[in-house]
Amino acid sequence: MTLPVELRHDETFVLNLGPQHPATHGVLRVKLTMDGEYIVHAEPVLGYIHRMHEKIAEAGSFPQFMPNTARMDYLHALAFNHGYALVVEKAAGIEVPERAEYIRVITVELNRIASHLLWWAAFLLDLGGFTPLLYAFDDREKVLDLLERITGSRLTYCYMRFGGVYNDIDDEFIAGTRDFIRRLRSRMPRLYHDLVTHNIILIKRITDIGFISAEQCRRYGATGPVARGSGIDFDVRKNEPYSVYPEFDFDVPVYHECDSMARYMVRVDEMEQSMRIIEQALDKLPDGPVQAKVPKNLKPEAGYYYSAVETARGSLGHRLVCDGGKNPYKLKLRSPTFSNLSLFGEVAEGMLLADALAFMGSLDLVIPEIDR
Amino acid sequence: METSIWRPIIYLVGIMAFAGVNAAYLGWCERKGAGRIQRRPGPKEVGPAGLLQPLADGIKLMTKQLLVPQGVDGIIFRVAPVIAMIPAITSMVVIPFSGNIQARAMELSVLLLFALASLAMIAILLGGWASGNKYAIISSARAVSQNLAYEIPMLLTVIAIVMISGSMNLRDIAIDQQGGFWHWNIFRFENGHFLYMWVGFIIFFICSIAETNRAPFDMAEAESELVAGFMTEYSSMGFGLFMMGEYLNIVVGACLTATLFLGGWDCPFGQTPGVWWFLLKIYILIFTVIWVRWTFPRTQVYRLLNLSWKILIPFSLVNVLVTAAFIKVF
Repeated sequence: MTLPVELRHDETFVLNLGPQHPATHGVLRVKLTMDGEYIVHAEPVLGYIHRMHEKIAEAGSFPQFMPNTARMDYLHALAFNHGYALVVEKAAGIEVPERAEYIRVITVELNRIASHLLWWAAFLLDLGGFTPLLYAFDDREKVLDLLERITGSRLTYCYMRFGGVYNDIDDEFIAGTRDFIRRLRSRMPRLYHDLVTHNIILIKRITDIGFISAEQCRRYGATGPVARGSGIDFDVRKNEPYSVYPEFDFDVPVYHECDSMARYMVRVDEMEQSMRIIEQALDKLPDGPVQAKVPKNLKPEAGYYYSAVETARGSLGHRLVCDGGKNPYKLKLRSPTFSNLSLFGEVAEGMLLADALAFMGSLDLVIPEIDR
Repeated sequence: METSIWRPIIYLVGIMAFAGVNAAYLGWCERKGAGRIQRRPGPKEVGPAGLLQPLADGIKLMTKQLLVPQGVDGIIFRVAPVIAMIPAITSMVVIPFSGNIQARAMELSVLLLFALASLAMIAILLGGWASGNKYAIISSARAVSQNLAYEIPMLLTVIAIVMISGSMNLRDIAIDQQGGFWHWNIFRFENGHFLYMWVGFIIFFICSIAETNRAPFDMAEAESELVAGFMTEYSSMGFGLFMMGEYLNIVVGACLTATLFLGGWDCPFGQTPGVWWFLLKIYILIFTVIWVRWTFPRTQVYRLLNLSWKILIPFSLVNVLVTAAFIKVF
C-alpha cells in the first residue's frame, strides 16, 4: 500500500492552504510546513489576485481612479474612497463643504459597521458556527439598503468626489439610519453577546490563542483592531485627525490581552463607537451644498502628498506623487491588512492547524486589498 | 417464528426502507431545521415544502461521475463509502422498534452494535488514507483518535445499564423498563433509591454525538480547516454514501439511546406502549442533535480529547462503581 503523505527526512510535510480554501476567504495561499497537526513554518504567498491598481492609477486622470479604490477593500470601500479623495484634495487644494464632510463620516462609519458585522460572521464561520452568519447578514443588509439609497451601489461604492460627495442624503436616509442604530443596539446584547460572545466553546477557542505582543505589532507595522487588541492605543481618527472627526466624542477601544479574544472585543466595541459617531453626526448635520466647485481638469502642483484614514482593518495610507500633469505620476497605497498578514508567519509557528486558522480569522484579512 | 421464509424477507425490506427513508429525509430535516434556526425557509422549490429535494439530490449524485484522482488507492477508495454504509444498516437488525417489531433478538445485541459502530471508523480511516490527500489523512487521524476516546466512556455507561438490567439483549433491557417513565433507566428508582443514571445518559448522549462526528465535535470534517476532511476527494455517490452513512449512524445512536435510557417503545404514562413512542423518542433525540449542530461553534481537537479522557471517562468509571455498589447493597 502506498503512503498517503510523503514525509520529509525530519518527518514534516508541506501543506498548501489555498489558494482555494474555505478559511482564507479569498485567494490567499499559505505554505505550511507541518509536523502532524502542528505548524513548523508558515509562509503566506501572495499575488494570486494582483490587478496592478497602482499602475492603473498612473494611466488615467484623477477622477478615473476613484472606482478602483472600492475594488481593493470591498468591505470598507467608502474608507478607501475617502482616503483617495483626501489625498487628491490635499494636492489640488480643494475645500470640502462642511455638510459633505459630515455625510462622508456618516457613510464611512455605516460602512465600518457593515464591515465589522461581516467579519464577525466570517470569523464565527471559521470556528464552525454557521448560524451567526445569517443573523449578522440580516443586520448588514439594512446598512447595505441604506447605502444603496444614496450611493447607488451596494458593495463597491464610488460615492466620494473631489470636493464633496456624489449625492445628498435625505430625511428617509436619516430616519432609516436612526432605526438601524436602534435595532442593532437592541439586538447586540441578546443575539451577539448572549449567544456568541459568552459561549463557553467560543471563549475557550479564542482566549489565549494567537498571542501578538505590542512589540511585534510595531515591528510589522500592524494597525487597527489587531494593534488595539495588543494594547496599542492608536487610531488615525484620534491620533492624526482628518475630516470632521475631532468634533465627535467617541472612544477608542483598547484591550491588553493580545489574544484573538481581545481583537474580537475591539471590533465588537468599535461597532458601538461607530454608532455613537453616526448619531452625533446626524444631530449636528449642517445645511449647505455637498459639492464644492472643482475645475474639470485637475492639475495639482508637482510634489508629494500623503493622507491617512482609519479603515475597519487599520490605517490606510495614500501617497501621491504629482508632476503637474493630468494623471498621478505615482500612487502608492499602504494597506493595513498587508502588514497584519505579515504577522501570521511568525505567530502561527508552533500552533495547531485549527488554532492557526482561528487566528487568521481574527486578523480580518481582505485579500484583494493585500494584492492590489 | 423460525419456520416462515417471509419473516427475514419482510424485515430485510422493512429495514432497508427505514434506513433509506431516514438517510434521505434526515438531510431534508436538517436543512429545514437549520433554515428555521437561521430565519430562512430552507429548501422549498422542489415539490411541496421541498419534500422532493432529497430525490433530486439523489438523482444528481447518482448521475455524476465518481471521480477517482490519480495516485489514489483505487480499490480501497471505492470500497470505503460502502463500508461506511453497511454497519449502519446492519445495526438496525437488532434494534427493538417495539415489543414485536425486531428482526433478531440476539443475546449479545449490545456488543454487536458496538462492534459495528467501530467499523464506521474504519471506513473513515480507509477513505481518508486511500484518497492520498493531506487534508483527508489529517481528518482520518482525528476521527480515529476521537472515536477511540469516546468509545470508552460510552461502553462504560452501557456496562452500568447492563448491570441494572442483567442482560445484554436490547429487547430485555427495554422490557425491563416498561410501565411509565419512572421505570426508565434515566430516572430509575431501585428499591426506593434513586440511581443517578441521568449522569450516564448525559455522558452517553455526548459520546453518541462525538461518535457520529457531529458538530460541535465534527473534527473529521471541519470544513473551515480541512475543506471536507476525509470526503475531500469524493464526488458523486461516494460522497452520497458517506453522507447517508453519517445520518444512519445518528439514527442508530438515537435508537440506542432511546432503548437504553428512555424505555424503548414504552409510553411515558404507562398505558399504550408501541412503535410510535419509540419513533417519537428517536426523532426528538435526532432533532436535539441537529439543534446542537446549528447552535454551537466547533471545539478544538485537544479539548475534545481532554473532555473524554479527563472528564467523561472518570465520571463514567465512578458511575459504574456507584451503580455496582447500589446493586450490591440494595
